[in-house]
Amino acid sequence: MMAVIAMLLQRFVESRVVRVTTLLLLLTAAVALIGPWLSPHSYRAADFDARLLPPAFENFRLFGTDSLGRDLFVRTMSGTRVTLAVALVASLVSLVIGVVYGAVAGYLGGRIDSLMMRLVDALYALPFIFFVILLMVTFERNFLLIFVAIGAINWLDMARIVRGQTLALKEREFVAAARLTGVSTPRIIARHITPNLLGVVVVYLTLTVPQAILIESFLSFLGLGVQEPRTSLGALVENGVAHMEQAPWVLLLPAAMLAFILYCFNFLGDGLRDLIDPREPDE
Amino acid sequence: MPEGAPTARPRVASRLATTLLALLLAALAGCGGSADDGILHRGIGPEPATLDPQVANTTQAFTPLRDLFEGLVAFSADGELVPAAAAGHEVSADYLVYTFTLREDGRWSNGEPVTAEDFVYSLRRLVDPATAAFYAKHLGAIENADEIVAGRLPPAELGVRALADGRLEIRLAYPQAYFLQLLAMPGAYPLHRASVEQHGRDFTRPGLLVSNGAYRLADRQLGSWIELERNPHYRDAADVAIERVRHHVTAEESAELYRYRAGELHVTQNVPPEAIAQLRAERPDELRIARFLGTYFYGFNLETAKLGEQPTLRRALSMAIDRETLTDKVIGRGELPAWGWVPPGVINYEPRRFNYADMPRDERHATARRLYREAGYGPDNPLEIEIRYNTAETHEQIALAVQAMWRDVLGFEATLVNEEFRVLVSNILEGSNTEIWRLSWNGDYPDATSFLSIFESADPSNLTGYANASFDALMKSAAQQTDPERRRLFLEEAEKTMLEDHPVIPLYFAVSKHLVSPRVAGWRDNVLDIHYSRDLRLRDPNDDN
Amino acid sequence: MQKTGAIRFALFRLLAAVPTLLLVIAIAFTMVRLAPGGPFDDERRLPPEIRDNVERYYHLDEPLPVQFGRYLAGLARGDLGPSYRYRDRDVDELIAATLPATLALGLLAMLLALAVGMPAGIAAALHHGGLRDRLLSGIAISGISLPVFVFAPVLVLFFAVWGGWLPASFSGSSGPARYLLPVVALALPQVAYIMRLMRASMLEVLASDYVRTARAQGLPTRRIVTRHALKPALLPLLSYMGPAIAGVLTGSVVVEQIFGVPGLGRLFVTGAENRDYTLVLGIVIFYAALVIVLNLLVDILYGFLDPRIRQR
Repeated sequence: MMAVIAMLLQRFVESRVVRVTTLLLLLTAAVALIGPWLSPHSYRAADFDARLLPPAFENFRLFGTDSLGRDLFVRTMSGTRVTLAVALVASLVSLVIGVVYGAVAGYLGGRIDSLMMRLVDALYALPFIFFVILLMVTFERNFLLIFVAIGAINWLDMARIVRGQTLALKEREFVAAARLTGVSTPRIIARHITPNLLGVVVVYLTLTVPQAILIESFLSFLGLGVQEPRTSLGALVENGVAHMEQAPWVLLLPAAMLAFILYCFNFLGDGLRDLIDPREPDE
Repeated sequence: MPEGAPTARPRVASRLATTLLALLLAALAGCGGSADDGILHRGIGPEPATLDPQVANTTQAFTPLRDLFEGLVAFSADGELVPAAAAGHEVSADYLVYTFTLREDGRWSNGEPVTAEDFVYSLRRLVDPATAAFYAKHLGAIENADEIVAGRLPPAELGVRALADGRLEIRLAYPQAYFLQLLAMPGAYPLHRASVEQHGRDFTRPGLLVSNGAYRLADRQLGSWIELERNPHYRDAADVAIERVRHHVTAEESAELYRYRAGELHVTQNVPPEAIAQLRAERPDELRIARFLGTYFYGFNLETAKLGEQPTLRRALSMAIDRETLTDKVIGRGELPAWGWVPPGVINYEPRRFNYADMPRDERHATARRLYREAGYGPDNPLEIEIRYNTAETHEQIALAVQAMWRDVLGFEATLVNEEFRVLVSNILEGSNTEIWRLSWNGDYPDATSFLSIFESADPSNLTGYANASFDALMKSAAQQTDPERRRLFLEEAEKTMLEDHPVIPLYFAVSKHLVSPRVAGWRDNVLDIHYSRDLRLRDPNDDN
Repeated sequence: MQKTGAIRFALFRLLAAVPTLLLVIAIAFTMVRLAPGGPFDDERRLPPEIRDNVERYYHLDEPLPVQFGRYLAGLARGDLGPSYRYRDRDVDELIAATLPATLALGLLAMLLALAVGMPAGIAAALHHGGLRDRLLSGIAISGISLPVFVFAPVLVLFFAVWGGWLPASFSGSSGPARYLLPVVALALPQVAYIMRLMRASMLEVLASDYVRTARAQGLPTRRIVTRHALKPALLPLLSYMGPAIAGVLTGSVVVEQIFGVPGLGRLFVTGAENRDYTLVLGIVIFYAALVIVLNLLVDILYGFLDPRIRQR
C-alpha cells in the first residue's frame, strides 16, 4: 500500500497538469488565508457611504465593495476559506465512508453485499436535498451541520461506484491469485482491491469536491447557507447575481474565484486520472 | 446480447440533437413571450392559497378576488370608499343598524340576481367555526359574531338578515367607525349559495366558481396563473375595458422583474430593492412607488427584565437612531422616516410623533447618551443585546445601520441574528429567547385602530407584551365614541401614550412598489395599494408613438 | 428462467422498499414537526378561538402519535391528505399538477445531456491526451464550474430580457420555446458529469486486454468502440443514471425558481417555508418512491448488461 502511494506521489510530481493545478490550489488557499491580514478592511464592517464601489487600488479596494459597503476582497477571501473547508471536510467524510463501505460490499458479495446495498438503496430513497433543506430549516443553522449533511449525501454515490468496480476487480487474475495463495480477505481488500480502486475513487473524488462546493452554494441560494456576516463563495455569488447589472464586479469576482477553484479541482482530477490508472502500467 | 443495440445509441443521440436544434430554431423564429395578446398580465406574487373569499388571507389571493367578487362597498381607483353591490345604505342613529339596498342589476356570473340572502349566507359562513376562516373575527362587531366564532352560538344567530331580496340588515354589537371599510374586504363578499353547497370545497374551480364581480374565472393553472374573463352579467360590464386578465404567479421578485422587462407582464406585484436605483434612471415613468399603510419597526420583548423594566433604556435606543439616515442613505426607495407609529394616510387621524422627533440631531444623541447612562450602562458596562431579523438583504442593511448607530452614539455592540421568517415569527410569538426583533405591520383598513389595537393588552397580535391600563382605557373610550372628532382625539392620545412608553422603535413607513407598463392606463397610486383590473385600460400598442 | 428471475428480483426489491418508505415517512414526519414555527404562525397572531377552529379543521388538536396514525391510515388508502396552505387542494392533486413540468424538463435535460455528453466523452477518450480531448474536457468542465443559479439568470438576461428571443419564464408563455432555457440550464452540469464518466470508463475499457487484443488484430477503431467497448463502458454511466435523474428532478429547484416553472421542486421549497406539513411529507414520500423505482430499473438494466452480475 505504502509503495503504491509513494509511486503515485512520484508520478504526481512528474505531471505538469497535476503540478500546476496543485500549486494553484495551494496558492489560492494561501492567499485566502493571508489576504485578509494584508487588507485594512474587515469582512463585516458595513459602510453606507461606500456601497458598490468598483475595484480600485486606492484604499486597497482591490475587489470593490458589496451592496452594504463591505470590502469584497476580504469577503471573497474569507468566503474562499469557508468554501474550501466545507468542501474538503465533506469530501473526506464521504470518501472514507464510501470507499470502505463499497469495497467491503463489493468484495464480500453475495448476501452481505445485497444486504449492504439494500441499505444504500434505502438511504438513496431519502431525498437528501429535501432533507438538507428540512435540516437547515429545522435546526438553527449550524456550520458543522453543513459538513455533515453534504458528506452524508455524497458517500452513497461513492459506495456504489466503488462497489461496482470491486465487483469487476475481484474477477481479475491477480485477486484470484491472491485468494488462491491464501491471503486473508481484509488483506486482499487493503492490498489489492483498494489501491486498484484509486483511479476510480480519485476521479470520483474530483467530482465530489466540486459537487460539495456546488451543494453549499445551492444552500446559499435558498438562503440556508452560512450565517451572515460570515460568508462563502456560494453566498457571495448568490448576492452578486442580484446586483449583476448595476455592479457586475460583485458577481464576477467571487464567481471567478469559485469557477477557478472548481476548474482547478476538475483539472487536477483529470490529471490524476491519467496518471494512476493501474491498467495502464506501460504508458 | 443483442448485437445492434450499442450502435443504435449514438444514432438516437444524434437524431435527438437534430430535433433539439430544430426546436431551438423554431423557438428563435417564434420569438419570446409577448404581452400584446389583448390580455392584461399582472404579477401577484406567490401562489394564492385559495380563491375562497372567506378563507383567503393573503394579498396575492385578494388581488384576483377583488376582480372576481364585489362586496357591498368597494374602493375607487384612488382608494376612496364607494358603493358597489349595494346602491346605498342607511345607518341608525346609534350607529348599530346598517340597512343596505342592493342594486337591482346586481347579477351573478351565471345570470342569477344577487340577493340579500347571498350576503347573509357568506357572512354566516365567515364566522362559522366549521369554515375555520383566519379572518373570522374581522367583522367581530356584528352582533353575536364572536360567540359564533367561539362555538357558543350557531351561525344562524349572526346579526345579519335579509329584509327583502334587495334589502340587507346588519346589526352591530357596538358602534364601529370603520365598519364600512371592513365590508370592502374579501371576507365580506357574497357567495352563490347553490354552487357552494353543490360543489363543496371545489366551488372555487374554473367552471364551478360563480362570482358577482367584473370578472369571472376562466382558467387556473396551479403555480402559473389565474385567468379571468369579463363577466357579461356584471352591472357595469360595458365599462370594463379589458376583456381578459391573467394574474401570474410570480414567487421571485427578481424573476418577476425579468418577466416585466421581457414584456411578459404589464404590472408587477413588487420590485426587488436592489433594482430600484437602476429602474429610477431607466424607467422613471413605469416605476410606481407610493405611500402605503405599513410601518417597519423594531419590537422589544417586554417580558425580559432587561427591556421590560427599562423604559429609559428603550427611549435611549430609539433616540440614538437617525431615521432620515435609514430612509435616505441606507434604503433610499422613497420610504418615510418614522418618528411615530401610525403612518400618514389613515382616515380622520393626525399621526402622533415622539417628542424628540424635531430635536436637533446632536442634542438628541446627547440626550440618548445621558438616558443610556441613567439606565445603568456605560463604557465599562456596555449593553449586551440581540437584534433578530429574517434573512433578507434589506433587513440586513437596516440591522447593520442600527448596530452602527448604537455603536457610534451609545457605544455598545448589538449582536445580529438572522433566521428564516417562520422561525423568527415563532420566536417572537413564543417570546422566550428574543430581545429586539424586526417586523412590519401593515394596516388592514385605513383606520388608526388597525395599527393601535395591537398594543391593547388583550389583543392576540400584541407581540411585545405591552400592557398599559391608561392606553387600554383610551382605546376603549375611542371605541365607544360615535362622534368621529372625539374618537379621533382619544386615538391620538392613545398613540401618544404608547409612544411615550416605547414598546417598539418605528423605523420607517413603507411604500408599495410596482412597475406599470406604459400600455396600462388608469393606474392610480393609492395608500391601500388596491388596484382593480376593471379600472385599468390597455392602450393600443400602436399608440405608443 | 432469466425472465422470471428478473421479475422475482423486481418484486423482492419492491417489497423491500416498504420498510424504506416507512423509515422515510417517520423521519420526514418527525423533522417537519420539529421545525420551529407552525403553518399558521404569522405576524398576525390568530385569536385563540380561531386557532382552535383551524387546528380542529386539520386535526392538529390531536396528540402527535394519533396524527401520525391518521396520516399512515390515509396513506394506506393512497390519500396524502389536504394541503395546509392550499386549503381547497389535496396534496396528491398538487403533486399531479406540478409533476408534468418537472418531469418533462428533467427528462428532456437528461436526454440532452446524454446526447451531448456521451459522444463527447467517447470522442475525448479516443483522442486521449490530444487537443480534442483537452478541448472537450475544458468545455465540459466549464459546465460544472459555476452554480446553476449564476448562469441561469445570465441566460434569461441575454436571451429574454436583452435579446427578446425567448420567453423569460416558463409559466408565462406556451409553446416549445419556453422549454429551451430551463432544459439547457438543467442539462449543462449533467453534460459535464456524463462526459467525464463516459470518458473515464471508455479509457478503462480501451486499456483492457480484450480491446487491446482486438486492436492488435487490426480492427478499425469505430468497430472496436461500437462492438466491444461501448457496452462495458456504459456500466458506470448506467449506475450514475438513477441518482442523476433523481438529482435532475430535485436540482430543478433552482431552475424552477429562476424560470418560474410550476414544478415539484419549487412546491417543496415553498411547502417547507410555509410549514405545509402534509405537502412536504407528500413530496418526500412521492420522491422516495420515484427514486426506488428508478434505482430498481437501473439495477435490472445493469443485470442485463453485465453478465457477471446476472450469475447471482
